[in-house]
Amino acid sequence: MTDDALVAAVGAGSLTEADVRRIVSEELARALRTDPASKRAVIIASKGTLDWAYPPLILASAAAASNMEASIFFTFYGLNIVRRDFAATAMVSPTGNPAMPMPVPMADLFTGLPGMRSVATAMMKSRFKKKGVAGLQELIDACRELGVHLMACTMTMEVFGFSPDDFIDGVELTGAGAFLSQARRAHLTLFV
Amino acid sequence: MPEPHADRLLDCRRTLCPMPVVRTSQEMRTLAPGQVLKVLATDRGAIVDIPAWANDTGNELVDWHEDGQDLVFLIRKGEEA
Repeated sequence: MTDDALVAAVGAGSLTEADVRRIVSEELARALRTDPASKRAVIIASKGTLDWAYPPLILASAAAASNMEASIFFTFYGLNIVRRDFAATAMVSPTGNPAMPMPVPMADLFTGLPGMRSVATAMMKSRFKKKGVAGLQELIDACRELGVHLMACTMTMEVFGFSPDDFIDGVELTGAGAFLSQARRAHLTLFV
Repeated sequence: MPEPHADRLLDCRRTLCPMPVVRTSQEMRTLAPGQVLKVLATDRGAIVDIPAWANDTGNELVDWHEDGQDLVFLIRKGEEA
């Protein structure tokens, strides 16, 4: 029903219950379709190991590629992901990580030995490369190119003694208040 | 149905999620509405990823098929995409 027809029908007292129900449905459907929150994705990245850096970067870049406004809030160990040296220094440890596939079962006592972390990291990176998984630098670059907001937790920065120069360009310094203001306006909110 | 003529070819073979969708999105930005992008992929996830992406971004998945190990997608850029 057009607005003019609606006004005329109300004026003439000829609006039926069916009309009202239909109008309400149409308006609701329109509101849901145009709701900006359905196009916003916010991801908290709280882990700083090689394996856990992937999910937030992959999801945010895929969201941005799907025309969503995507943000990643890097906090605690996740803040390492936006350091300049992360792609080169990121590590993963099999110790206490029984879900990590290993060529042969290895006790934590063994995987905890000096050097083993580097071995496990090299193995994972090599497997990823062989299978065609994008490298961390490529994913971070893709995020930036697609306009993903990279938000750095200032509290974590202070606590760990990082300086703004440690980070890649384009990182936005953010606190809980500013972050929550964005997150509440996004339907898709994830904690990694 | 004969395969529509493709205006651009994007080879995403041997790359895994999210790169097929990310690269497709970046490449599609350089096409005009109505033009057709042909995407090659080997990531089996692309079978559901590309159609979902096209639906979310107002692009039309004209056709897709398998060619040996390769997945071939033909996507027409939408008016509002």
